[in-house]
Amino acid sequence: MPSFPVEQTKLSAEHIGMVFTRDGKSTNVLSDVNLTVGRGEFLCILGPSGCGKSTLLNTMAGFLSPSSGEVRIDGEVVRSPDPRRIFVFQERGVFPWLTVEGNVGFGLFRLSRAERAQRIAHYVQLVGLEGFEKAYPAELSGGMKQRLEVARALAVNPDMLFLDEPFGALDSITRLTMRRELLRIWEAEKNTIIFVTHDIDEAVQLADRVAVMTDRPATIQQIVEIDIPHPRDMGSPRYLELRHGIFDQLGLAHKV
Amino acid sequence: MSLLARLRPIAFIAALLVLWQIAVSMSPVHILPGPWGVVGAIVELIQHGLLVKYAVASLFRVSWGFALAALLAIPLGLTIGWFSRAEMALNPLIQILRPISPLAWIPIAILWFGVGDLASLFLIFVGCFFPLLLTTISAVQSVPAVYVNAGRNFGLSPAALVYRVLYPAVIPQLIVGLRITLGIAWLVVVAAEMIAVNSGLGFLIVDARNAGNRYDLVVAGMVIIGLIGLSIDLGMRSLERIKSLRWSYSEE
Amino acid sequence: MKSLVEPAKWERFVWPALACALFLALWHFLVIWSGTKVFPSPHDVEEGVAELATKSLLSRYAGDSLRRVALGYGTAIALGIPIGLTLGWYPAANRVVNPVFQMLRFISPIAWIPVSILLFGVGDTTAIFLIFLAAFFPIVVACADGVSNVPVMYRQAGRNFGLSAGRLLRRVIFPAALPQIIIGLRIALGIAWLVVVAAEMIAVDSGLGYLVIDARNSGKRYDLVVAAMLMIGIIGLALDLLFRRLKDFKSVRWGFRDGA
Repeated sequence: MPSFPVEQTKLSAEHIGMVFTRDGKSTNVLSDVNLTVGRGEFLCILGPSGCGKSTLLNTMAGFLSPSSGEVRIDGEVVRSPDPRRIFVFQERGVFPWLTVEGNVGFGLFRLSRAERAQRIAHYVQLVGLEGFEKAYPAELSGGMKQRLEVARALAVNPDMLFLDEPFGALDSITRLTMRRELLRIWEAEKNTIIFVTHDIDEAVQLADRVAVMTDRPATIQQIVEIDIPHPRDMGSPRYLELRHGIFDQLGLAHKV
Repeated sequence: MSLLARLRPIAFIAALLVLWQIAVSMSPVHILPGPWGVVGAIVELIQHGLLVKYAVASLFRVSWGFALAALLAIPLGLTIGWFSRAEMALNPLIQILRPISPLAWIPIAILWFGVGDLASLFLIFVGCFFPLLLTTISAVQSVPAVYVNAGRNFGLSPAALVYRVLYPAVIPQLIVGLRITLGIAWLVVVAAEMIAVNSGLGFLIVDARNAGNRYDLVVAGMVIIGLIGLSIDLGMRSLERIKSLRWSYSEE
Repeated sequence: MKSLVEPAKWERFVWPALACALFLALWHFLVIWSGTKVFPSPHDVEEGVAELATKSLLSRYAGDSLRRVALGYGTAIALGIPIGLTLGWYPAANRVVNPVFQMLRFISPIAWIPVSILLFGVGDTTAIFLIFLAAFFPIVVACADGVSNVPVMYRQAGRNFGLSAGRLLRRVIFPAALPQIIIGLRIALGIAWLVVVAAEMIAVDSGLGYLVIDARNSGKRYDLVVAAMLMIGIIGLALDLLFRRLKDFKSVRWGFRDGA
């Protein structure tokens, strides 16, 4: 498993285990997960629904404490959520009682009014929501709400972004556009991104590396390095080769 | 809606009124009034200035009792709803006190406050407190965890979390709860007035019967009570609509 | 949304027990501290309950109250459910009847007492009528709403499979509306219990509500007053809990979110 020299490591997860107890029954969700993520890297965590990848992401972001093992970001152990690493939920994380402006500016309460206005304008434009500043989330489409959530996350200039199947609620055409948008933003902002998905194509299109997870109790079965530069051609031989490789890894048939 | 469809409810009401009038006319004992009798009684009340006076008295009591209950129940409900241990601890107590009709508190109310306005205010307070408390607790518990998690993620202090995330998130449900509780308050005030005070619409009903079997006034009182109660409810509903249009939670 | 630490199982019993103990202690202390001669301490109430039990007033009065509720509520169900279902099924009918309902809803059942006494005289029938009135409207509304909230998809699926209107109602609409109907029934029962106590305080001379008033009037026996209130609360709670059990049946459980 290729890893990064220490100065280049942004996040390291060591021997993460997660056991959930409910009504006396315990479920082993994560089992000895080891992962390092490099500074500025775009990493995808890939696995079928319910395998525990969301749990892993929540643990890395500090919303859950692992039953065993620890997560370190910049060398420090992660114990709680922090504005330096923002979690992007599916569009339903957007606050319905605030306008687009209100949402984007939500985390900027420490800035002066002028600075805040400037940042809001910048990120509204970055995600392509100009003209909708005064609109409420109910008036936006699913794709726009997702972009709003990304804008809100970016506005506080976090080092890391955690995205939990952010495009899952969108139709597949919008999804393609959103992926391009995300990459564009990533190349502009250069944060470290950890992106959870169950969509193999999405992983191969977006990530520098793909961590393929097993079923529950989940662990990382393989890390695939996607060495194609962006923009990636979905028809190129190398793309298809990597894609097939992951299909095989997951034991899936190539033909329907 | 077509004109015909609009007319149908009115026709229905008219039909009921006619039936009522017929039933009254046919009955051997002429005590209960027909629709005209009620209208006459209402006019009489207006002429004597009693309608406004009594209605205001009832509304006054409702407002104060309700406001006091809201002032106490909402913060308490927010706290209890947030801390699951608090809810666990206090739930049995709340659940036992809740089914006790506000009217059953009358002896205690009179003991503590004497006969009069304060006692009736207390009754309204009791009648409003528990529904509001439970509604607020339920509203807090149904705030989606995403909102709170997002708030924590952005580094909000606990206080900021409460007034920037929790409070806006519960408002729609809270307003519905306020409307329902206001309806309850209106029911309680009438009952309380029938027993414990000597002004207001409830009192009117009791008094009209006791002082001369004026059932036309009794029914007039009932009609007015119904109308005012309905107006309050409609007023609250339009408030709900304004708020929810603004925040549009209905997309859930 | 609750605060983040998941409480342990034993806490479900410890915290309420602590809170109740604290409440009783506070009550006891306040009674002593205020030097009141009339307001009962927890111990007085306990003795009051025992006294009522030995005189078997408790079971008799509780029985009376429950009987009236059963009759009034039962009638409300028998009439209210069919009417409510019909109104929900024919929105046109609902639009016609609704204004009248809305107006009647806000007239406190207690305000009906003079008219009720006139029509039915003082006694059981009056109380039952009032309970019926109070429970009727919530039940009708819950049934109507339940039916009209059934997703169109279900009706379409039913028709697709060739169900007649009657079968559709019985096998698709009614089960789909049942969770909401049950919630309405539970609320109506709570209302019925409130009203029976109120009605008994004014219009009859037996039952727990009557006991509350009578204990005070004949001798300022506030210990009995509070004892009666306590019984009212406990029985009301028991009725509610019984109803909540209904929600656990698998055929309706789908309609209730966890802990609803």
